[in-house]
Amino acid sequence: MSNQEPVNSFSSRIVVLPEANIDTDQIIPARFLTTTTKAGLGKVAFNDWRYTADGSNKPHILNEIDPTEHRVLVAGNNLGCGSSREHAPWALMDYGFKAVISTEIADIFKSNSLKNGLLPVVVSPDIHDKLTQNPQQRVTIDLESCTLTLEDGTTVTFQVEAFARQCLLEGVDAMGWLLKRLPEIEAYEKTNGKAA
Amino acid sequence: MSKPKSLFEKVWERHIVEEEGADKPAVLYIDLHLVHEVTSPQAFSELDARGLKVRRPDRTFATLDHSIPTLAPDADGNRPYVTAQAKKQVETLEANAAKNGLRLFGYDAENRGVVHVIGPEMGLTQPGFTVVCGDSHTSTHGAFGCIAFGIGTSEVGHVLATQCLAQRKPKTMRINITGALQPGVTGKDVALTVINTLGFSGGTGYALEYAGPVIEALDMEGRMTVCNLSIEAGARCGMIAPDQKTVEWLRGREYVPQGAAFDEAAAQWLTLKSDDGAVFDKEITIDGSAIEPMATWGTSPDQGAPIVRGVPVAANEDEERALKYMGFTGGEAREVEKVDVVFIGSCTNGRMADLRAAAAIMKGRKVAPGVRALIVPGSEWVRVEAEKEGLHNIFLEAGAEWRLPGCSMCIAMNGDFVLPGQLAVSTSNRNFEGRQGPGSRTVLASPATAAASAIAGHVADPRQFMQLESA
Ligand code: SF4
Repeated sequence: MSNQEPVNSFSSRIVVLPEANIDTDQIIPARFLTTTTKAGLGKVAFNDWRYTADGSNKPHILNEIDPTEHRVLVAGNNLGCGSSREHAPWALMDYGFKAVISTEIADIFKSNSLKNGLLPVVVSPDIHDKLTQNPQQRVTIDLESCTLTLEDGTTVTFQVEAFARQCLLEGVDAMGWLLKRLPEIEAYEKTNGKAA
Repeated sequence: MSKPKSLFEKVWERHIVEEEGADKPAVLYIDLHLVHEVTSPQAFSELDARGLKVRRPDRTFATLDHSIPTLAPDADGNRPYVTAQAKKQVETLEANAAKNGLRLFGYDAENRGVVHVIGPEMGLTQPGFTVVCGDSHTSTHGAFGCIAFGIGTSEVGHVLATQCLAQRKPKTMRINITGALQPGVTGKDVALTVINTLGFSGGTGYALEYAGPVIEALDMEGRMTVCNLSIEAGARCGMIAPDQKTVEWLRGREYVPQGAAFDEAAAQWLTLKSDDGAVFDKEITIDGSAIEPMATWGTSPDQGAPIVRGVPVAANEDEERALKYMGFTGGEAREVEKVDVVFIGSCTNGRMADLRAAAAIMKGRKVAPGVRALIVPGSEWVRVEAEKEGLHNIFLEAGAEWRLPGCSMCIAMNGDFVLPGQLAVSTSNRNFEGRQGPGSRTVLASPATAAASAIAGHVADPRQFMQLESA
């Protein structure tokens, strides 16, 4: 069984949220965390940026674009800091995003994203500038070669932890990978006095 | 002689089931897994979908803290949940715990409380352990020399199913805090200074070790506060080497070994420290004697400053935006920050030592008119102890509210929240926009500072309310 569909190469228009330090409380405010499923969180992604207290739309780019056309979120420096809530990548993916780009992406958010097939792409400040200066552009992301290609043809490589990349490319499921190691885990428990 | 090792390396190596390689992470064994209602339902569903049960129920403990009301139930025993969904979430954890044979510290348990308060309190947290929880402030348990870190819900599922995680070893950083704290300066002020020094993402990719005379002199509560906030500098975890104070704090607690077995364990715990000559990827030093009571002025925990220095002038666009959100221009004295709400509690500062510090300031004084002060003990044990000492009466007489334990206004998902535009001084850990309710503005500070601000009606240096011995 696999966690998700394999991810490989795709092209999409970007959407730019230039703010730095977008924390997971912005991506999905805590009061929406009482859910017991993963489904349907896209409508509350960036809730307090997109809606007023009475639920009507604020003028915000995420209310104006067609999410099926804009699958790549470009955010300001240090994206995803704060809470470990996996609801953040769930909400972004349910909204329609397949990748997020920033100059820095917080550890837990990055790892949570990779586990769900949302690709975190860290780029240098000049590439980031090229993206934000042309916020209408279309980019191509290829996981096999770990490359990001901008509309002007600039191609850069990005880093993805090798195991997470393999999981995404081949649809390998991390829990299954760990479950295969149960004999080693039991042996470790015995040797270290940790058996049940 | 073998190569000198850091505390982190010693604990890490003991938990390796399978070494990491270029194309695969290490398989890391987890000694203690703490579970709460918010980040676990989807993990249990994943187990169900695969026909699996929790592999080590004896190493998995659950509590209710995030979405539960802090007000008492009505005469019929109905709890004032914020929404039906919050109630359902609690019931989901109750059902999942029962089905998997997990110990759940539920409403009837004398130990229920905020997950990072009760772990140490019961001695579930023990030196040298690996501890994880679907909550980023799991770093708290590092105060006992544990590798303790927050995980996402997928990983909660991994640990439930296998008691292991696939992990890459982080880099290490030692933070030496030299000198001695001035009177009136607390662990929270140390933590806010560290975050301010490192910056919001300065710890990204690192496991931190806090060391030096200031850390040694802190009590266990203060050390927990320091480790708790490691994540606010982006760090994976923060740890402190166990010492005699750690041992004495744990002695006699429910889940630690008892009698001679305890002394044996303790002797082993005391070996958990960084060897002389251990090499860190980074090392920094902070002058502890120069630390003053701190309060944040912006919208991220690194945007803090000594209270006496006032609100700083913005140095860049991010700071300008933060000041604008907070409603400050920069350069004003903190007295202009009129307070609407004061929240004392959370896994950062909801322990006995924190409540005592707040009570010492509130005793015989009144909360300023128009200020709502909410005191929320971190656990049932803290609530009962505090009531034994009469602290609740001090708070109630001062005009504050005394609640049942829970996360409450730290995360504001249970119905306790700050209204739009209101300014809260909070002992919790995050001052992000809207963290304490849509449009809320948060100033993070120590329990003493929060109490002083409640009395003064504006952000206040607590030392004006303390009888300090002249240094
Ligand atoms: S008190 Fe706050 S930070 Fe701590 S566990 Fe609860 S919500 Fe998380």
